[in-house]
Amino acid sequence: MKVVVTSSGKDLDADLDPRFGRAKYFIVVDTKSMDFEVKENTQNLNLPQGAGIQAGKTVAETGVEAVLTGNCGPKAFQVLETAGIHVITGIQGTVKGVVEKFNAGELSYAGGPNVEGHWV
Amino acid sequence: MIITIASGKGGTGKTTVTVNLAASINRDDVTVFDCDVEEPNSHIFIKPENISSEPISVMVPKVDTQRCTLCGACEEICQFSAITLVAKRIMTFPEMCHSCRGCEMVCPEDAVKEDSRVLGSVHQGKNARGIDLTWGELRVGEAMSPPLISQVKDRINPGGIALVDAPPGTSCPAIEALRSSDYALLVAEPTPFGLNDLALTVEALKKLKVPTGIVINRADDAPGIVEEYAKKEGIEILQRFPFSREAASICSRGKLLVNEMPEMKALFQQLFNRLNQLLTESKEAGEVGK
Repeated sequence: MKVVVTSSGKDLDADLDPRFGRAKYFIVVDTKSMDFEVKENTQNLNLPQGAGIQAGKTVAETGVEAVLTGNCGPKAFQVLETAGIHVITGIQGTVKGVVEKFNAGELSYAGGPNVEGHWV
Repeated sequence: MIITIASGKGGTGKTTVTVNLAASINRDDVTVFDCDVEEPNSHIFIKPENISSEPISVMVPKVDTQRCTLCGACEEICQFSAITLVAKRIMTFPEMCHSCRGCEMVCPEDAVKEDSRVLGSVHQGKNARGIDLTWGELRVGEAMSPPLISQVKDRINPGGIALVDAPPGTSCPAIEALRSSDYALLVAEPTPFGLNDLALTVEALKKLKVPTGIVINRADDAPGIVEEYAKKEGIEILQRFPFSREAASICSRGKLLVNEMPEMKALFQQLFNRLNQLLTESKEAGEVGK
């Protein structure tokens, strides 16, 4: 299956970016082959509001089954939920490391957002 | 004649100046508009009676999914992601909506209908002395105050003297309160923090083209950083209210300084006379209302 990991860099050795909406990159990883593809999130980094919604859309378009991230707010969670994508929050490590944990069944899906929405 | 009392930094004395200025004007056409809708407090001092209230709502979109063809035109025009196409479904985020109705206008299928979201209330009452107060109160949990501030300001009768108590800061709520004022009276606190936020407000007012003056609250004896700044910017300092423990104590009990301290009353009357003079001069010069 394919998952998205929010990442601060462009490869599997990069650290997971704890922010979802304003993550630097989204890395789409095939959990079996560890093949990956990098999606930029520059547009959202500079958005005053609604970054979570737009990021949720970007991720929904990749057709992944789950998102591995640090924090996910209520609107982003709602978008991902609508798109049928599971969310795993509160994790850290390298992109590769978190996918390995995911494969080992050590991570569980979040039932809701883990942080509040914020306003500028 | 609309005089808006603003500051930049919070807690410098906007409300103190607004309510005491209102109470020191010897006319029967003084109205006060508390636009600090996130925490209005002018009513504590003005003590209005026979209060009437009305809820204030804004338009938000509601999509008729039977008619929607998922073309995405609404999503494209929305600058705030308040209406979004996700996984072949239209989602709306009412708290992001700025009520521009763009989605309603561009929908080729007439699928976007009008729904509403309550922002808060507008209250109005008159006190025993005849001062009319209108104030907005944002609903707890609501983050968008400018449309409510705009509703408070819609109730201004430009014929009389309207004193508008602005919210702190220099972002959208403060700008909404200051917009189209005849004069901005900035209440400055003589501290580096106060000066920093004062300067930000002055810059915003230059863009809004609103004539500006400063009053210094809790002033020290010696001229200081605010005077220096005002001189450099060519902004008049209309009054200086000295630091007074007694004044602080009176305010904390919800009382008006002009009723308790004759020396304060004199300062406020002097301030109004100067404001009146400035506004009459600029009216004659045709500057007001431009």
